[in-house]
Amino acid sequence: MAVPALEKDFSDTPWVRGDSLVVAHRLRTWYSLKRGLFSKPIYVKAVDDVSLSVSRGETLAVVGESGSGKTTLGRTLIRLLKPTGGELYFDGADISAQEESELRRWFRRRVGVVFQDPYSSLHPYHSIQFILEEPLMIHGVPGEERLERVYRALEEVKLTPPEDFLYKYPHMLSGGQRQRVAIARAVIMNPDFVVADEPVSMLDVSVRVEILNLLKQVQERHKSAFLYITHDIATAKYFSDYIAIMYAGKLVEYGPFKPVIREPSHPYTQALIEALPDPDPKNRLRQRKVAPGEPPNLANPPKGCRFHPRCPYAMDICREQEPPMVEVRPGVYAACWLLVKR
Amino acid sequence: MAIVGETGSGKSTLAKLLTRVWERNVALVDGEVYLEGVEILHMPEHQFRREVRWWKIGMVPQASMNALNPVITIGEQMIEPLLLRGVPKAEALRLAMDSLESVGLPRDTVYRYPHQLSGGMKQRVVIAMALMTRPKVLILDEPTSALDVMTQANIMNLLKELKARMKLSYIFITHDLALASELADSIAVMYAGKIAEIGSADDIYSSPAHPYTQGLMSSMPTLRIDKQLASIPGEVPSLISPPPGCRFHPRCPYYVERNLKGICDAKEPPYAELKPWSGRRHLAACWLYQEFISGR
Ligand SMILES: Nc1ncnc2c1ncn2[C@@H]1O[C@H](COP(=O)(O)OP(=O)(O)OP(=O)(O)O)[C@@H](O)[C@H]1O
Ligand code: SF4
Ligand code: SF4
Ligand SMILES: [Mg+2]
Repeated sequence: MAVPALEKDFSDTPWVRGDSLVVAHRLRTWYSLKRGLFSKPIYVKAVDDVSLSVSRGETLAVVGESGSGKTTLGRTLIRLLKPTGGELYFDGADISAQEESELRRWFRRRVGVVFQDPYSSLHPYHSIQFILEEPLMIHGVPGEERLERVYRALEEVKLTPPEDFLYKYPHMLSGGQRQRVAIARAVIMNPDFVVADEPVSMLDVSVRVEILNLLKQVQERHKSAFLYITHDIATAKYFSDYIAIMYAGKLVEYGPFKPVIREPSHPYTQALIEALPDPDPKNRLRQRKVAPGEPPNLANPPKGCRFHPRCPYAMDICREQEPPMVEVRPGVYAACWLLVKR
Repeated sequence: MAIVGETGSGKSTLAKLLTRVWERNVALVDGEVYLEGVEILHMPEHQFRREVRWWKIGMVPQASMNALNPVITIGEQMIEPLLLRGVPKAEALRLAMDSLESVGLPRDTVYRYPHQLSGGMKQRVVIAMALMTRPKVLILDEPTSALDVMTQANIMNLLKELKARMKLSYIFITHDLALASELADSIAVMYAGKIAEIGSADDIYSSPAHPYTQGLMSSMPTLRIDKQLASIPGEVPSLISPPPGCRFHPRCPYYVERNLKGICDAKEPPYAELKPWSGRRHLAACWLYQEFISGR
């Protein structure tokens, strides 16, 4: 189910498919820090010239360290934040500048979101029934239909029998159960687009699997476009079709999930993969070749390639000029001077 | 040694026991703990303080990087315990700076406040704090669980390097079996307050014996190994009234499959010696490895 292709020119970002449900072109979201009444504001360039697209029925994993701009990107795509620049389309409509009142009329019901922290994302004084019914009420679903849909949602996330959970409060549930409620709430309106922001990073390893499997089932059932935000590529593997690697507010590599993981092109992607532990004692005490140091301050990012202070291959040009995204293999794009044929 | 287990399995309680950090409501402490041949669990507190805690056993408690006092400089927080132990201030400050340097932080970190540091830097600070007195054993309780994978890998690189440089022994507590393999020579898997399986890392990763360890292994997302993810059904039991017999039996697939009713739910399984080819000790507390059952 493709959206009629936008009559726009995306040829400068050829990895963007214009017939996708969600299209972001050269998107920027900057936060402004006002220092004093008369001084010029400082901008934190959390998302800076990011282009991507997500179609119905597919999952895009957005991966990067903390502070790389993943959450800002996710929140911008569902217009919890207003972009500073660039274009943003949903189902063919330009939503980059629409006002909240307008978004509420048609857009809000079509997107869902699952946050990282299952302890703070659910209102502590609301029963599970209310938490799930609230979005239905907001979007005017008639009363008789609401309870039926709440039951179905609880069954879908395997909180069964539903009547055991309706009158409970979040604090009575385990972390995994709360995250199930959060997922049920995100999909209860049958959204076309779901953003899941680190949905398993606060959970125990054994509970993670259940939630990952559940997300996969939900995604397959609803055929929605899915954005999965994580710092851990291993958890993305089970249901992602595409992957976007972000570093310091920039997209540094993009492509189909498996080819990118099998043969990462960008030095940062390589380091992210190298950082993942395996259950294999052969790695005992082996120094891993990961990026030392910390991601930069986004108010004053490094000139040229933003990764250059941590990159083992940094050259003179990296310190001066920003590398362009180039196609390194069919469908795989990366922004690194090592990959630019000169 | 890595101690691995789910939330609530008792890992932190065990760590606190080893350093004799009692919660106010601790009702029973029993058994023995030996350090270099000397029993330390029942040694007089003043002697334990003077000779063992901090000097021989250092501890990085769970979430301690978030427990740093926000209004006091790193240096003051680091030297306070030394001053209490009668170390002169200038000497204490020098030890703090040396220790910060050894974990890869600049010496002037002593003048900074916690909010000026990133998560990874704060984690380095609490490691530096535990190492100031040059202990031989360092207990690390989930030292990376709040960090992203890149910062985690950098901290693990540091721990690997420190181990070699300072000839440290680690007790590394984690819920992540994959992470444990980065450091551990041996692994103890805890379930519901008990050690379910213990052995060398090589043996445990290549042939996990206890059904709980097997469950943990197959529930681990890995990037490089292709396998179906399976979860362990059910939840960790309450430790107020744990299940009788083997505490894992309500979740154990073999309990049903091998028809072990009347055995696993009746009597606690003793440790079975598994005698792996490696020749190293490998024990599992599971009835499957008791001869009268494995033969039937
Ligand atoms: N002071 C206390 N009073 C009562 N119960 C406690 C206390 N401290 C811990 N417990 C309980 O003891 C059990 C073991 O807790 P412990 O913190 O040792 O587990 P853990 O394996 O470290 O878990 P985690 O992975 O969450 O850190 C849990 O059921 C916990 O709720
Ligand atoms: S452009 Fe240069 S600094 Fe940036 S990732 Fe490539 S080699 Fe490294
Ligand atoms: S003793 Fe029985 S219930 Fe416990 S792990 Fe072994 S087979 Fe399972
Ligand atoms: Mg703990």
